Amino acid sequence: MLTFVVRRLLLAVPVLLGVVFVVMLTVDLLPGDAVTLMLGEHATKDAVARLRDHLGLDKPFLVRYLDYVGRVARGDLGRSIQQNRPVGDELADAWPATLQLTVAALLVATVVGLAAGITSAVWPNSLFDAMARLGSLFGLSMPVFWTGLVLIVVFALWLNWLPVGGAGSLGHLVLPTVTLALPSVAMIARMTRSAVLDVLREDYVRTARAKGVAEPWVLARHALRNAFIPILTLLGLQSGQLMGGAVLTETVFAWPGLGRLMVKAIFARDYVLLQGAVLVFALAFVVINLLVDLSYGLLDPRVGRQG
Amino acid sequence: MDAWGRFRRNRLALIGLALVAVLAASAVLAPWLAPYDPARQSLIEKRAKPGGKYVLGADEFGRDILSRVIYGSRVALLVGLLSAAIAVAGGLLLGTLAGFSGGWLDALLMRGIEILLAFPYLLLALAIVAALGPGALNTTIAVGIWGVPAVTRIVRGSVLALRETEYVGAARALGAPVFALLRRHILPNIVPGLIVYATLFMANAILLEAALSFLGLGVQPPTASWGLMVSTGRDVLLVAPHVATVPGLAIMLTVLAFNFVGDGLRDALDPRLRGSG
Repeated sequence: MLTFVVRRLLLAVPVLLGVVFVVMLTVDLLPGDAVTLMLGEHATKDAVARLRDHLGLDKPFLVRYLDYVGRVARGDLGRSIQQNRPVGDELADAWPATLQLTVAALLVATVVGLAAGITSAVWPNSLFDAMARLGSLFGLSMPVFWTGLVLIVVFALWLNWLPVGGAGSLGHLVLPTVTLALPSVAMIARMTRSAVLDVLREDYVRTARAKGVAEPWVLARHALRNAFIPILTLLGLQSGQLMGGAVLTETVFAWPGLGRLMVKAIFARDYVLLQGAVLVFALAFVVINLLVDLSYGLLDPRVGRQG
Repeated sequence: MDAWGRFRRNRLALIGLALVAVLAASAVLAPWLAPYDPARQSLIEKRAKPGGKYVLGADEFGRDILSRVIYGSRVALLVGLLSAAIAVAGGLLLGTLAGFSGGWLDALLMRGIEILLAFPYLLLALAIVAALGPGALNTTIAVGIWGVPAVTRIVRGSVLALRETEYVGAARALGAPVFALLRRHILPNIVPGLIVYATLFMANAILLEAALSFLGLGVQPPTASWGLMVSTGRDVLLVAPHVATVPGLAIMLTVLAFNFVGDGLRDALDPRLRGSG
């Protein structure tokens, strides 16, 4: 078990190195000079040169890359260009809000998506099934940012039940969570339906029914347990979608998280901060999928852990 | 039953196809369909409510929202089509290369593809646009690159499977160049899958373009892009909700239409995949 975890963690290293490489390379390909953009067009040659030197921009790309990786390995993410604060501090301020939002959304999406998907699979082609399938296509087609705005108009403006944006109370969390969860609810419901339908066709389910096992028990003990494996894989991938959605949701609701920080960093051309934020997202994604891989073993004894 | 017969029996797919047709018509005929110039401002009529002179109301500059929605279909369809073309072309190239070369090149390419696939798509697109700078063309490139990994995987898988078949083996033994193999044997086998993928990709590409434009990193003003319209409408959301919500409705209907058609095509062209996903 421990070897498996260690091996998977080691496999994550090249992924993270690759992500940093791609982000740094794309920033490097920036049209125009990043420093001139930062200082404005009227900056003196001297100031530009000093900032270039300070940021290490006059060194070749590979040197800068290795430099950055080396510093990150020692826990130093650099200083943000705009605020001149350690990037680590800025990220530490922002990530709890994003974690709160994405975990809430993932919980809602999982509970609602599973319930809808299982109901659909147990009564396929029923009215509920038809509605749920149509509903999930709508869920997949609604732009996250638009859903958020519509919810604000209905629940904050017309009904006056919930706040328009910002963070603080439980009420602030409701609309962003629903907004962010909606596409994932749709994906999970679709996936659950087809996974449970597949399992219900298996011989062992027929056997269980034939020997007189009560239907709810067949569902819980035999069908769901096996259907959970593809669903779990999807949950891991959905966490990535949620992070992307968080960027939009946080922007719509002025939620003080990593996504908003990242958008701000892009507009300010603060690439040190941008790299740090992307790295945190990538790390979170890798860790979540590691957890998903680990839980396969808990659900399915057949899954060996040879990795 | 042939594919069209199967497609025709799917009611949602037909609705989707009709919507796509309306959309294509509005994109092509925009100058004749739009009741007003989409850029014409009328400051005394700003934020006009829907109904009356402006069917869907006017935005914060007094521009006709219906006309802007009609012109916006050009941006959505163009970005969707071009990015799908980039995704398919890039995927064909890389997938064929990986599948036929094998060895370390294959391993390297596929590792890179896995990293790209693992990365949250919006963050990837954001990184690309942050590097290239905002604008319609760069948005299209960013969206297209996002689609490359999945196409590469489809193509490579099919190349690997077909490489082992006797007829491809025979063609290779006879000295057929890779390009001819690709055109005659590989492509016909993957075209149905690629059409399905490209259609569903269009849905997501339009969503992604809208998202990037909403964030201010995609299509730039004064071009009428639906995502951008939602974004500017957001500033007046509490006084004139229709400015932001109406263009969003256009995005949703368009994406829904492509999803309907894509699902229908998948069921019709590839019955093995029916009901999956």
